[in-house]
Amino acid sequence: MDPRRPPRTVPDPKVRHVGFFAPGADAPPPPDRSNSAPPDPLSSSPPAAAHLTPPGTSISPVMIPPPRHSAAPLSPRRRDSFIVGSYSGKRFLDVGSPTASTASATDDWALPTSADSAWVGDTVGAGASSLPPVGSAAMIAKGLASSVPATAGLTAVSNVHRSAGVSGKPSGAASKVQGDKPKQSKPLKEKTTKAERRALQEAQRAAKAAAKGVGGKASVHMSEVVLASDVESVEVPKAHFQRNDIAAVNEKKVIDRQLEKDRKKDVPQPRMQYDDKSRVEKAKKRAVLKQTEARNRVELFRHLPQYERGTLLPDLQSRFFQLDPVHPAISKVGFQYLSGDISGSNARCIAMLQAIREAIIDYSVPPGKALVRDLTSKIGSYVSFLIECRPLSISMGNAIRYLKNRIAKLPLTLSESEAKATVVADIDRFIHDKIILADKMIVKHAVTKIRDGDVLLTYGSSSVVEMILLHAHELGKQFRVVVVDSRPKLEGQLLLRKLVGKGLSCTYTHINAISYIMHEVSRVFLGASSVLSNGTVYSRVGTACVAMVAHTFHVPVMVCCETYKFHERVQLDSICSNELGDPDVICKVRGRDEINFLDGWTNGNNLQLLNLIYDATPSDYVSMIITDYGMVPPTSVPVIVREYRKEQLWI
Amino acid sequence: MDFQVVVLAGGTSKELVPLVSKEVPKPLLPVANRPVLSYVLEQLELSNLKDLIVVVEGEDAALRVGGWISGAYVDRLHVEVAAVPEDVGTAGALRAIAHHLTANDILVVSGDLVSDVPPGAVAAAHRRHDAVVTTMLCSTPISGPAESGSAGAKDKIKKPKRFNIIGLDPTKQFLLYIASGAEVEKDLHIPKSILRAVGQMDIQADLMDAHLYAFKRAVLQEVLEQKPNFHSLRQDVLPYLVRTQLKSEILLNGTPQAEENGHEKFTSRGNQAIISQILANASTPRFHEVYESIHNGSPTAQRTHKCCAYIASNSKYCVRLNSIQAFSDINRDVIGEANHLSGYSFSAHNNIIHPSADLGSKTTVGPHCMLGEGSLMGDKCSVKRSVIGRHCRIGSNVKIVNSVVMDHVTLGDGCSIQGSIVCSNVQIQERVVLRDCQIGAGFVVSAGSEHKGESLARKEK
Repeated sequence: MDPRRPPRTVPDPKVRHVGFFAPGADAPPPPDRSNSAPPDPLSSSPPAAAHLTPPGTSISPVMIPPPRHSAAPLSPRRRDSFIVGSYSGKRFLDVGSPTASTASATDDWALPTSADSAWVGDTVGAGASSLPPVGSAAMIAKGLASSVPATAGLTAVSNVHRSAGVSGKPSGAASKVQGDKPKQSKPLKEKTTKAERRALQEAQRAAKAAAKGVGGKASVHMSEVVLASDVESVEVPKAHFQRNDIAAVNEKKVIDRQLEKDRKKDVPQPRMQYDDKSRVEKAKKRAVLKQTEARNRVELFRHLPQYERGTLLPDLQSRFFQLDPVHPAISKVGFQYLSGDISGSNARCIAMLQAIREAIIDYSVPPGKALVRDLTSKIGSYVSFLIECRPLSISMGNAIRYLKNRIAKLPLTLSESEAKATVVADIDRFIHDKIILADKMIVKHAVTKIRDGDVLLTYGSSSVVEMILLHAHELGKQFRVVVVDSRPKLEGQLLLRKLVGKGLSCTYTHINAISYIMHEVSRVFLGASSVLSNGTVYSRVGTACVAMVAHTFHVPVMVCCETYKFHERVQLDSICSNELGDPDVICKVRGRDEINFLDGWTNGNNLQLLNLIYDATPSDYVSMIITDYGMVPPTSVPVIVREYRKEQLWI
Repeated sequence: MDFQVVVLAGGTSKELVPLVSKEVPKPLLPVANRPVLSYVLEQLELSNLKDLIVVVEGEDAALRVGGWISGAYVDRLHVEVAAVPEDVGTAGALRAIAHHLTANDILVVSGDLVSDVPPGAVAAAHRRHDAVVTTMLCSTPISGPAESGSAGAKDKIKKPKRFNIIGLDPTKQFLLYIASGAEVEKDLHIPKSILRAVGQMDIQADLMDAHLYAFKRAVLQEVLEQKPNFHSLRQDVLPYLVRTQLKSEILLNGTPQAEENGHEKFTSRGNQAIISQILANASTPRFHEVYESIHNGSPTAQRTHKCCAYIASNSKYCVRLNSIQAFSDINRDVIGEANHLSGYSFSAHNNIIHPSADLGSKTTVGPHCMLGEGSLMGDKCSVKRSVIGRHCRIGSNVKIVNSVVMDHVTLGDGCSIQGSIVCSNVQIQERVVLRDCQIGAGFVVSAGSEHKGESLARKEK
């Protein structure tokens, strides 16, 4: 079938664990295919028969349709193991611990039931889901479900024929997927396990290919790995189980649709990939703003949103009064984001929280609605408006999550005014505790690292670094500051103005002189937009360069970052997730109109301008992260993320 | 969006005599067969602003305007019409209705503005900067007839009608100085503090104040109250606010102002603040400032206030109907280059001929023309770049070029009308030649007469 397939099938532990899902896929495959399938040399899996599960004793209560064949009772042990695998969730699977995967795979084999055609459909759908890990979890769940009913077929599994028989009931959805590849490719002799696994895998692939889904692309393109929280992973399989029940009864189509819906609900949406045309089209329809995409985008960054800057603000402004659902405070903040009046992670976050706070104060529950739900959706709409103005920073995402969480946890017994007061107080507390107080703590910690005679280098304009420097100056420490800046924003000048105004002795230079100036520096203080759980520091573009040079010169690099900016995401480069700024500003020099060599060139097709906003500094170059919980090495970030999360959820 | 809209419709403007009269106050002056006020109202409606206060000078005029609005906009807009005495000026008009204003921000629009600039843009700029006043500036229209302008018309272009001297900061977002040309005899006086704070100021004379303002309500009310002699928004209130933007004497955020002796200190500190505020508006307000300013009312930085300007792009149409020349210009443009404003759909020949209009044989109506309903034209007429109102009776062999003919006008055979404005119910007898004339309502031009550059009107009885 697919030329590619065979090579892929070649056993690879990870692949195998993927194959685990195969049972679902297996069941449906039509006999013809099985015939056509080339023999596969595999059989690592134990005989299917042993695995066969008794239908009556279905593993999960949720499960399903009565088994067609009577099956040999599944051994309890086996079942357990299987369950464990599935419940443990994607993480387990992802890790691909060999034992787990094998166990699960074997179990799967047992499953094939004709009823499963529906299941297959599910799998396909899951495959399409953009987040690979979640998807896999879902699939596992399905596999589990399917495994229960089928039995007789399983035993036979080892033979191609048998498997074919099992699969005999082709379902529309399933058939599609399989048509491409599934069983046929599978080796007959193999203990079906491998074959099935493969089939599943292939089905998955086919689904992925078929699904315009951004997700697929995302997974391919991105080096970013999103680790879903444990909670999520657990939830997903459950949801799928329920779905499966219903699905079994219904037609495939219905199922598919349902799955689609559920998937949307359960699985966190992957970040939008802007190189996916169809998605972009859809998003545009929803958008409040009319966003014209920039034409000449750098190939590598096509997946990031980039619009013609010029058009956005005027368009939004002209429709100012049509922005009905948006509270004035929100729209104001939106304008400020859009026009760059507010930048800087802390400032943006505070501005957003203040605006939401105002909106909540003015909010009243519409009749017949519950405050919790309505307010949540309201805030959701505000946030999506803000996102259209400028993509949210990670810290803002955290703040919003916190807020929504607090709202969701509001006791139902509260009156409207009480509830509002509670939420407002929560917002105030967040600003105070997580930002203001956190900054004070950071300043307190960081100042201990400044000694007389130090030469401190900082890059750009970080509010917390500024506070540190000023505070150290107030304490009477004798030190010198090197402010490194870069075009096009030249934010360093703002910082410089404040420092000089306070009487600090400063040196100002641009980043192209960094290697020269680094000789005399004894410490580097950097701000951050976010710190990710692998210790990567996500910050204003240029930070990585500064940190790297400092590292080479053996100058300690301290990153100052409030913990509310931490995120459990892992990111290895600054490509997969970033923000694109206005490309025009890098080819124009403020105040020097005579530098216009690039005027008009940007309209051509062979020049693309790239103005990245952020970059990722690998943890290797970071000596220490100064947070409100103290000074920690980058490797301790996950700990803080974990603890902090808990605290946030159960304050 | 928490904006309240006030439309200053005006009354019987002296500058537009003889076009306006008791029967036809300025807001109802037809532009392409629609009252000029409708252009503003529709622009507002387009922006989803449906609660309006229309202020009209004079009781009679108010009644007429109110009657027309209720007929034309029933079920579409919620309009309150307020009558104010004549000659109170724009500031006086606002003062009179000040107690009706409740929203945080007030959008004040002149009723004679014919523009396709969305008012939302001004409001958004106002909000974004948290300004005290935001004004819309547009490039000064080139007046006079377009291509076909004769030598005489060219002279008119040269004569600056009314130009403003406007000072802007380098980002062209803040208003630092404003004066209308008439007041500026020889020198400009610009407060040193502003210059020092801003460092660089662009002075432009090619911009026009479009009379579309967004005010902070509290500030507006206070200024009107404290300065009872202020007569006009454009000439008094706006320059006052701009002049004092660094040493604000108005209260903000509703907090009473500190006593006067603290004033000096505020100025110097205000300068400091303005350096960061005005100079580099690209600068990010440090978040603690954001936070604290919200929490402790008015820190020193807030002793200043911001006056913003929104400059309409050149591609937008924006003209005020404040002179006879402007009237014919607007009529020409609305059926010509700015025809999207008229709200009519143009025929293939780029003109609008109402189906009920009756054309004689060999009569031609050129592009950029408009012929109202029920009008009759005789044979061998020629109409170019002109607007003809409803129910006109036009004889044979009539030439109408670059003119505006309002409703119920009778034109005898063999007339030639160029560059003129003929108001309603005028009777023009045979073989009259008019060139660059304005004929007031109800006038009778006797047969065979020739007029050039005259303004003819019936004597008021």
